[in-house]
Amino acid sequence: MTGPRWLAPLAVLGGLLVLLPLVGLASRVPWEDFWSLVASDASLTALGLSLRTAAVATALVVALGVPLGFALHRLRGPVRGLVRAVVLAPLVLPPVVGGLALLYAFGRRGLLGEQLGGAIAFSTVAVVIAQTFVAMPFMVVSVESALDARSGRHEAMAATLGASRTRTLLAVTLPALGPALATGAVLAFARALGEFGATLTFAGSLAGVTRTAPLEIYLARETDPAAAAALSLVLVAVAIAVVALAYRPLRGSR
Amino acid sequence: MRRVAGIVVLVLLVATIGAVLAGSFIDRGEVGPAHDGITVFAAASLTDVVEQVVDEIHADLPWADITVAYGGSSDLAAQILEGAPATIFLSADEAQGDAVADGLGLDEPAAFATNTLTIVVPEGNPAAVDGLADLERGDVTSVICAPQVPCGAATAELASLEGLTLSPASDEQSVTDVLSKVAAGQADAGVVYVTDVARASGVEEVPIAGAERVVNTYVAVAIPGDHDPSLAARFWDDLVGAPGRAILADAGFGLP
Repeated sequence: MTGPRWLAPLAVLGGLLVLLPLVGLASRVPWEDFWSLVASDASLTALGLSLRTAAVATALVVALGVPLGFALHRLRGPVRGLVRAVVLAPLVLPPVVGGLALLYAFGRRGLLGEQLGGAIAFSTVAVVIAQTFVAMPFMVVSVESALDARSGRHEAMAATLGASRTRTLLAVTLPALGPALATGAVLAFARALGEFGATLTFAGSLAGVTRTAPLEIYLARETDPAAAAALSLVLVAVAIAVVALAYRPLRGSR
Repeated sequence: MRRVAGIVVLVLLVATIGAVLAGSFIDRGEVGPAHDGITVFAAASLTDVVEQVVDEIHADLPWADITVAYGGSSDLAAQILEGAPATIFLSADEAQGDAVADGLGLDEPAAFATNTLTIVVPEGNPAAVDGLADLERGDVTSVICAPQVPCGAATAELASLEGLTLSPASDEQSVTDVLSKVAAGQADAGVVYVTDVARASGVEEVPIAGAERVVNTYVAVAIPGDHDPSLAARFWDDLVGAPGRAILADAGFGLP
């Protein structure tokens, strides 16, 4: 399908809006020092922490987000819309609001404060919770819409052949959801990797414990803008790679 | 249909070219008042002080056009060096004031206020913190500024003067982050500036003996540009002169 010609200049403007900031970022990176900046202790510690926490958060997103997607798929009527809106809210919440909400739930003086006894405060667990909170919606929507697109015929057949519900889930439904799960997981990983506001508000910023790559960039910007730009570019590369990866299976399944 | 499309494209192109050509005007015209006003870039810790100075000027000159932008001193300095239209830069940190003065080839910044560090604890002081040495205790969850930011550098200097090795639960990005962690009860103690505690709620101050050994100096830089010179001079005189000194002292600042 080809749109009218007058769309083209608008498309160019839109493209420039995305491209120019990235070019601007790249223009501030001192390329001859790029590797030494990215491979500095502070950068590597932060990147390592980011990759580890984002991986754990993604595992949690799969473990919790997939069942949530199934539950949402089962709901009917206006309740479903309402529940979906609440479950997806972290996707559009300002991150600092998410951070405050987490603080009031899991913080030392939060709803679960006494039970947790401050065990989570300023720990890597807090980082993972914040990342899971903001990343889970990607998996929920992904699973819900993939389930909606299925007729349920294969599952019914499996049942008539005597398969238990668990067996049907593991042998029929989940494999069919493969591309949706992959997309959800990759996007959730990317979102977890980029998490900043909720982590800053809720988890704090200590090297190796809670200072993830985005927080390191924010701090380095004060004293070492070149290092901040270099590390930023690494995250940009990861983000682009992840999105390219995530959308391939989706297209293939159509 | 083609004609409509052609007109739309033409309008867009003209608008784009116009916007690009007007860019230099928009820079000065929209971000800050040109010709008939001033724009003050002030460290966030000066918010209350600057607002009072502006109020006093407005009592005299109701139409005085004064725009104030608050932020972290290093952010503001970076913006000014990137061309933001500031008339006066009030930095909470000598280094950032120097960076702007050097970068733009201006006179030395003028010192107009000082600040010292203090311990901030949640209301009721749950961990019974009594001094900087208590921050070393294993049962005290403390947060301080990261050494990369000015408040953190000052904290590290004071701790080393005391022979202490602080092991905070978090090296925060700014005084505000330290304050909010303490006010929320996440941390038992934090190190901030005296004037920050005066502005915060839900927290108490535990003074540090010998805090005056590490003094943070606030400096002002006048930046020439497209603005009202008499209003700029008035603001400068009020802040650095007697009215400003009274307001600064009230807010807990020291005077050089």
